[in-house]
Amino acid sequence: MLSQEFMRNALLAGTFVALACGVVGWFVVLRGQVFAGDALSHVAFPGALAAAAAGIDERAGLFAATVAVGAGIGALGRGADSAAGKAGAVPAEDTAIGILFTFILGLGVFFLALFSTSSAGGSGIQAAHTLFGSIFGLGAVQARLAAVIAALATGLMLVIARPLLFASIVPDVAAARGVPVRLLGIGFVALLGVVAAEATQTVGALLLLGLLSAPAAAAHRLTSSPVAGIALAALLAVVAMWGGLALAYAVPSLPPGTAIVGIAVATYCVSTIVE
Amino acid sequence: MSTNPHLTWNVVHDVSEVLEYHFMVNALLAGSVVAVMAGVLGWLMVLRRETFAGHTLSMMAFPGASGAALIGVGAAWGYFVFCVAGGLAIGRSAQGAKRSRSDQPAGIAAVQAAALGLGFLFVSLYGGVLGDLENLLFGTFLGISNGQVLVLVVLAAASLAVLAALARPLLFASVDADVASARGVPVRALGVVFLVLLGLAVAATSQVTGVLLVFALLVMPAASAQALTARVGLSLALTVAIGLAVVWLGLGIAYFSIYPAGFFVTSTAFAVYVVVRVGVWVKGASRRGQRLSGQPPAGGVIA
Repeated sequence: MLSQEFMRNALLAGTFVALACGVVGWFVVLRGQVFAGDALSHVAFPGALAAAAAGIDERAGLFAATVAVGAGIGALGRGADSAAGKAGAVPAEDTAIGILFTFILGLGVFFLALFSTSSAGGSGIQAAHTLFGSIFGLGAVQARLAAVIAALATGLMLVIARPLLFASIVPDVAAARGVPVRLLGIGFVALLGVVAAEATQTVGALLLLGLLSAPAAAAHRLTSSPVAGIALAALLAVVAMWGGLALAYAVPSLPPGTAIVGIAVATYCVSTIVE
Repeated sequence: MSTNPHLTWNVVHDVSEVLEYHFMVNALLAGSVVAVMAGVLGWLMVLRRETFAGHTLSMMAFPGASGAALIGVGAAWGYFVFCVAGGLAIGRSAQGAKRSRSDQPAGIAAVQAAALGLGFLFVSLYGGVLGDLENLLFGTFLGISNGQVLVLVVLAAASLAVLAALARPLLFASVDADVASARGVPVRALGVVFLVLLGLAVAATSQVTGVLLVFALLVMPAASAQALTARVGLSLALTVAIGLAVVWLGLGIAYFSIYPAGFFVTSTAFAVYVVVRVGVWVKGASRRGQRLSGQPPAGGVIA
């Protein structure tokens, strides 16, 4: 299996992307921001299409869109605790996210039309590539770049882990202690945007969600200790990645994305039973 | 478009030109039905903070369509099976997660990820190209038949009737779940019924108008209306009114443009929402300003 170059590339990129998804995902689940992660993975598609329509590198458009929207969500989000139903109340975070990403998907439709009218065909293929990503189709350079970006994101995450944990659990006390709670929140979702953009390249925008949520949710159910939880989430994500890749290699009709997400969701289901 | 439409300054002429085409009439009818149904369901969805669940249910269209293509039945069967299963699964995941709020979206995400994974598996096993995928996501709006309009009307009437029957306990459970359950309202069962209803409505409409448009009409008019007023009846009426206006305007602009209707409808709805938020904010700011500059009210020291 390892003698195949496409498999080595997939393992290299996949391992680091899974690691990043596991670590970031633990905080995403802790802060109840899974929907934000999901929305960011959809935003990747209009971003890439906009760049394609403008003739810029799609990767640039994809990163720019996810990081910008991530920062926007972070700034917008006042948590889900603001008064509901009251006239003029700040909307719940999930509503705000839903509105924002629906609008951006609408823009994506526009760019899709713009792209297919401005250049000769190929729009469907381009869109499918961005949406679905194919981990078995990575080149050596792409795989290395993906691994480096994911490793950097993981490292950055570990650097801000302590203050972020403090700010996530008791924001008031953290703010009183001088932790920049709001800034951390914005920075975190922007970082989530980087991971979402990167994972879009490998496992695809739609399947990113599985790696971000399922291993982390399983870890939250199995342990309440932060250090053990983060380690467990990363471990489960990497195991799902390796297992999924091996399974997809053994069974050619099984798409790798399905295998990876299938294992991740299965571990989550097992964790709910174990608990 | 078939001829070469161009906008004139004569609004009556423009509108009558649009209405001359049968496909435009059907598109407007279908859009209006969806706006009403999605508006009412979405109003409850926004109130119940279930936007993520609604989004996940609208994603069920993907495994539904590809699964139906795989076993060779009509796509509608796939939608219905997956949406009902999705609604039940989300309801189930919400049950176990009562103690921590943050766990609930994670469960919904797991449901969505599993469904999407299945969708990819079905596409891969099917082997062929699912040409309808783009239509499913974004909708075409232009090939809607009389039969489809009729199906939409029946469906909207049925789901609104069920909602009307459940309205009082559902509203009670949505606003204050704890008090409602203490009063003997079956909060959990109502939640599951609502999700299944939402899923069915989204599934049936998305094959006509596309997932994106349905979801836009679920969230944006309701969020705009709820920002404007807290009164239930007024807020519901506003939601439906905004939804209808947005659909008519969006389709009207799309007719005179080469770009897709989905883009114009979502953008118009977003513009309405932005205007509402800014208006509410300005009003609040001016009221705060008055309070600061004016005399402090008697006894206002404690407050």
